Amino acid sequence: MSIMKHKIIYFVISLSFLIPGIFFLIRFGLKPSIDFTGGSLLEIKGEGLSDNKVEIAEQVGDIYEISLVQTSGDNQIIIRGKTISNEIKDEVLTNLSEQYGEIEEKRFETVGPTLGKELLMKTISAIVIVSVLITFYVWKQFNDIRFGFSAILAMFHDSLILLGSFSILGYFYHVEVDVLFVTALLTTLSFSVHDTIVVFDRIRELSRRNHKLSLEKVVNMAVLETLSRSINNSITIIIMLLALVLIGGESIKWFSVALLIGAITGTYSSTFTAAPLLLLWEEIAKKKKR
Amino acid sequence: MLKQLRIFIIIIILTIVAGFIAAPDRVPINFSYKDFSFNQEFVKPEISFNFLGNPVTTNWQLKKGLDIQGGIQVVLQADMSEIDEIDRVQAIESAQEIIRRRVDLYGINEPVVQTSINGDDYRIIVELAGVSDSSEALQLVGQTAQLDFRLQNKDRAQDPEATQSALFFFGTFEETGLTGKQIKRTTVQFDPQTNEPVISLEFDSEGTKLFADITTENNGEVLAIFIDGFPVTTPVIQTAILNGTAQISGGFSVDEAKQLNIQLSAGALPVPIEVLEQRTIGASLGQESVEDSVRAGVVGILLVMLFMILYYGFKGFLASLALVVYSILTFAVYKVLGVTLTLPGVAGLLISIGMAVDANILIFERMKEELRAGKQYKQALELGFGRSWDSIKDANLATIMTALVLINPLNLNFLNTSGLVRGFGLTLLIGVLISLFTGVVVTRNFLRLFLGK
Repeated sequence: MSIMKHKIIYFVISLSFLIPGIFFLIRFGLKPSIDFTGGSLLEIKGEGLSDNKVEIAEQVGDIYEISLVQTSGDNQIIIRGKTISNEIKDEVLTNLSEQYGEIEEKRFETVGPTLGKELLMKTISAIVIVSVLITFYVWKQFNDIRFGFSAILAMFHDSLILLGSFSILGYFYHVEVDVLFVTALLTTLSFSVHDTIVVFDRIRELSRRNHKLSLEKVVNMAVLETLSRSINNSITIIIMLLALVLIGGESIKWFSVALLIGAITGTYSSTFTAAPLLLLWEEIAKKKKR
Repeated sequence: MLKQLRIFIIIIILTIVAGFIAAPDRVPINFSYKDFSFNQEFVKPEISFNFLGNPVTTNWQLKKGLDIQGGIQVVLQADMSEIDEIDRVQAIESAQEIIRRRVDLYGINEPVVQTSINGDDYRIIVELAGVSDSSEALQLVGQTAQLDFRLQNKDRAQDPEATQSALFFFGTFEETGLTGKQIKRTTVQFDPQTNEPVISLEFDSEGTKLFADITTENNGEVLAIFIDGFPVTTPVIQTAILNGTAQISGGFSVDEAKQLNIQLSAGALPVPIEVLEQRTIGASLGQESVEDSVRAGVVGILLVMLFMILYYGFKGFLASLALVVYSILTFAVYKVLGVTLTLPGVAGLLISIGMAVDANILIFERMKEELRAGKQYKQALELGFGRSWDSIKDANLATIMTALVLINPLNLNFLNTSGLVRGFGLTLLIGVLISLFTGVVVTRNFLRLFLGK
C-alpha cells in the first residue's frame, strides 16, 4: 500500500482547513477575553434571567457599560463589559434582584487594562520560548535540516488550524481566547512534535537498515508501521478530551475543545503533513540538482 | 522469574502505600438490602512516626484551588509615586505584613498574601479561600494602614473584665489625635546600656508639639501604639519628651524590633493601594465544575480501559491494571507534594491518563511487528520494550519542556504566573513522569510475569 503517493490529497485536506481559518483570522481576528483587554465579567443565576438578556442589558446599561450578555446554563447568564468596581457590581445586583427576585452571584472577575497588556507580553514570550526550544530540540534530535524543517512546518500547521478554529468559533459563538487557550496552544505544540518524533524516529531507523530503498519507500514503510500506533494513541487522548467536552461542565469546556482540536490536528499532521513535506523537500532538492 | 516476582511485590506494596495516602480521610459506606442495612463510616487511621529525626504524619490533604472551593483573588497595586526609591521594598513588605495580619484576624483558612515586584510595579496578591462576600473582603484588604497613639483610661482598665476580654481591653484606650501622619521616621537602634534593640521614632513639628503635650500631662500612664485598631505595643510614659523623638523598648528580639519597625513605617508611610484585578468564584460554581470533571474523568478512564482490552486483549487488560496503579500513584504524589488542584489541573490529569497508555501502545505495536517478523514471543516482548524506549523518551521530552515553561518554576517575570496555567502544567508534568514509570516498568513487569512463559 502506498500512502505517500497521494500526498497532494493530504495537502489539499490541510489547506481546506487552513484557508477558512486564515481568512477568519485576517478578517475578524480572535475575540480576546478580559484577561487580555481588561474589563469585567459577572456570572449570575436567577429565575428568568436567561430569557431577558436584552432587557437586562438596557436595565443596568447606564451604570455598567455592557458589551455582551450570554446564557451560561439553566437560568444562568454571563454579563461582560467595561471594568467596574465592587460597589457598582453590588448596585447592578440590587437593581436586577428588584426585577427578578433572588439572584445568586456565581462569579465576578474584573481586570485592569494594564494587567491585560502585561499578560499579552508574557503569553508572546512563552510561545516564542516553547517554539524555539522545540525547534532546537527537533533539530538536535535528527541533526538534519530536512527533518527539523518539516516537523516545525507541521507544528505551525497545527497552531494555525487551532487559531483559525477559534477565530471561527469566536465569530459564530462568541468564544473568547483567554489565558487557558494559550495554555492549550502551547500543549498543542508539544502534542504535534510528540507524534512527529515517533514517525521520524522510525524513518531514521528504517533508512539505516535499508540503504538501497528510495526515501519515498522508506517514508511509506515508516508511516504504515506507525499509523496504528498513532491512531490508537490519539484515540485514548481523544476519548478523555471528548468526555471533558461533552460532560465535563462549562468552566473548562472551551479549554478542552482547544486541546481536542490540537490533539486531532497533531495526529493528522505527523503522518499526513510532516512526512509528505519531508518527501516534497527531497523532490525539490533533486530537481534543482538536475 | 524470581526477580520479576520481587519487582511485582514492590509494585504492589508501593500501590498499597500510595492507595492509603490517596484515600479520603472518611469513607462512609451505606448499604441496605431488604431488611439488612449497613451504615458505617470508615475513618482512615493517622500514623505518625519519626523518619531520620523528622516527624512524618500521614495526614496529607489534597489542596483545592480557588476555582474549585470558591473564594476571592485580588491583585493590588501600590502607588509608590510619593515614596523614595530606597524605601519602596520596605513599604510593600510592611503593607503585605499588615494585610496578612488583618486576614489572620478575620480568621481565614490558609490565606495567601504574596508580594510581586516587577520593575516599577509593586503588587500584592491576596487569595482568600471560602470567602464569598467580595465587598467585605476588599474592605479588609484594600484600606491603607493606619497608626495612632492611644492613652489608656485608668478607671476602665481597672475593671476586671479588661483582663479577660481582648475586645474590652482594646476599649480602654482613647484616641489622642496623634497618628502615623505625624511621624517623620522610624529606625531600629540598640540601647547602649542594655544592648537591647529599641525602636526610635521621630515626629514632624506638629507631632512634636502634640507628643510633648501628651507626655507632660499623662506621666506614668500607658500610651499604646495601635495599628488598624490593634495594639502593637503598650509602653508606659516615663518622662515628658519635648524634642520630638521617642523610643519604644519592650524586650524585643532583633527580629521583632525589625518587624515592628516595618509595621510602624507602614503606618507612617501609608501606601495608597488600588485594586488591579479581582476574581470571585462562588463555592457552588466550583463544586458543580468539579463534579462534572470527575464524572467526565471516570467515564473517560473506563472507555480508555475498554478500548485497550478490546484492541489488545489480555495485554490491554494488564495495561489497564497499570493505569489503575498510575491513577493511585498520581493522586498520592499530588497529596504528598501539596499540589493545588485547579480545574485546568484536572484537565491536565485527565490528558496525562490518556497519554499514560501511549507508552503501552508504542510497545504493544512494536511487539506485534517483531512477532510478525518471526521472533519468539519472549524475544518480541523484550525487543518491543527495548526498541520503543528511544521513541517514548524523545516524544515525552517535548511535553516535559512545554510543561516546564507553563509551570515557570524559576518565577521568571516575563513568563506567566497565573495559578490556573501553572496548575495545568504541574499536573501534566507529574502525569508524564509517572506514566513513564507505570507505562514502562509496571507494564513490563506485568507482561513478563503473566505472559513471559
